[in-house]
Amino acid sequence: MRPAIETERLRKVYPASGKSAPSSGGGHRASQTAMAADGSGIVAVEGLDLVVNEGEFLGLIGPNGAGKTTTIGMLTTRVRPTGGTACVAGADIVTQSVTVKQRIGVVPQRPNPDRSLDVWENLIFHAAYFGVSRKEAARRATALLERLEIADKARMKVDQLSGGQQQRLMIARALIHEPLILFLDEPTVGLDPNARNSLWEILRNLHSQGRTIVMTTHYMLEAGELSDRIALIDRGRLLALDTPANLKKQTPDGSLETFFIEKSGRRSDT
Amino acid sequence: MTAVAAGSPIASIANPQPPVSAGRVFLALLRRDARVARRELPFFLIRTIMQPLLFVVVFGYLLPKMGFMQSDYQATLLPGILALSLMISSTQSVTLPMVTEFGWTNEIEDRLLAPISVDLVAVEKIVNAMIQGIIAAVVVLPIARLVMGPVAGFTFSHVPQLVVVVVLSASTASAFGLLLGVLINPQQIGFMFSLIITPMIFFGCTYYPWAGLDVLPWLKYAVLINPLVYVSEGLRAALTPSMPHMPLGAIIAALAFLTIVFTWGAIMRFRRRAIG
Repeated sequence: MRPAIETERLRKVYPASGKSAPSSGGGHRASQTAMAADGSGIVAVEGLDLVVNEGEFLGLIGPNGAGKTTTIGMLTTRVRPTGGTACVAGADIVTQSVTVKQRIGVVPQRPNPDRSLDVWENLIFHAAYFGVSRKEAARRATALLERLEIADKARMKVDQLSGGQQQRLMIARALIHEPLILFLDEPTVGLDPNARNSLWEILRNLHSQGRTIVMTTHYMLEAGELSDRIALIDRGRLLALDTPANLKKQTPDGSLETFFIEKSGRRSDT
Repeated sequence: MTAVAAGSPIASIANPQPPVSAGRVFLALLRRDARVARRELPFFLIRTIMQPLLFVVVFGYLLPKMGFMQSDYQATLLPGILALSLMISSTQSVTLPMVTEFGWTNEIEDRLLAPISVDLVAVEKIVNAMIQGIIAAVVVLPIARLVMGPVAGFTFSHVPQLVVVVVLSASTASAFGLLLGVLINPQQIGFMFSLIITPMIFFGCTYYPWAGLDVLPWLKYAVLINPLVYVSEGLRAALTPSMPHMPLGAIIAALAFLTIVFTWGAIMRFRRRAIG
């Protein structure tokens, strides 16, 4: 099995006085972060060593401000590491960022569709950026919209979609160029239970096809249901990495929630 | 909901899909912007035509007709109005989208995730704005000429000079627009118009030739930091060469220099906004 993602001592320190680090939780992250030992800034990720195998589904959990979004940001080339290295889909995230981008799909927590385009155009142009021919892009867009149950919204402005529908559009956009690795940053936040179940089914299908998936989540049930392995991150450090079953065995009541609380010292958002 | 297989077999890390060329991605980005511009064409035309048209009607038609302005003022005004249209259209077509897409919606992310360097995403924004600025000037010229009637000294006989000046003016304005777009926050848009755009227009030698500022020598040299000065004077040199204007060589050198400086600054800042 080849590694799809391999990080070595990956580190990110944000300037203390500069722009704040990305926080998927939408709140302040300072309480969960630490100043670098030399006082040079706020440590978001500290010495992350992680290997995700091809075809694996990795759940990334941790409290708000733990470093999950920064980790995803670095692996998707949107955040430049302060130290260490990472290889994604066979390419270095800093020196071969264009190759990395060619091979990944990203679903952000907050949908950010191109609001100047309609739903259909969002998919067609995104496919065009990846060199997919117009005919093939149309075929894939039709199939994806159909299967994500938003085919009737194809000609709508994205502002007319509900939050859940926009999130489905983000999933379609992330898949239309058929990436090797799919990154999802808290994709089910704000979704109703039906939409969440639908997304789970989509992710299970993608996983069963052999697609590598990395997903951050605050929902322990979600992480346990979908992941081959779960990585717990807190204060930028990897605290645990194992299968859901093995992590559950480490707690008296066999629950991931208890494991999370014991390890991180805080409750999850569930 | 059923499987989401897109159809073709999944490529593997050992056997990935072939990479797409930067040129192809660049053209796809340009096509996207052209699509958006076509959709917004009525707004683009109103935005482009209204202000120059009003200036032309008042300063190029009414005031000369009333006798408040000498008739040869039209030869000074026409290139200035074209310069204004080109500068404002180029700048606006990149500044406002950048402020919004980086600041509010983060919707530029799909283009930042496209398999091309973020520097080229920035360059594409400049090229798109150049095209819109040139189109604006081409649209405004016949309208202005129509309203003003015959303009003494106006000529189309210096085409190579005109092409060089227009392209360099558009690149200067577009790079300046991108720099503004990546420098300011959404909350600062009002300040941008009050403190940057409005003074730039009034001290951009659009309504008077640079040589006319001999009446206030310190201002004559202070306005040289304003890129619009070179656009206005460049179009005067190309379209109404018999009227007073800066030497064409100096204008071209200044526009090329400003294009390089603004592009460099914009790309540096764009990188910082795009990659945390």
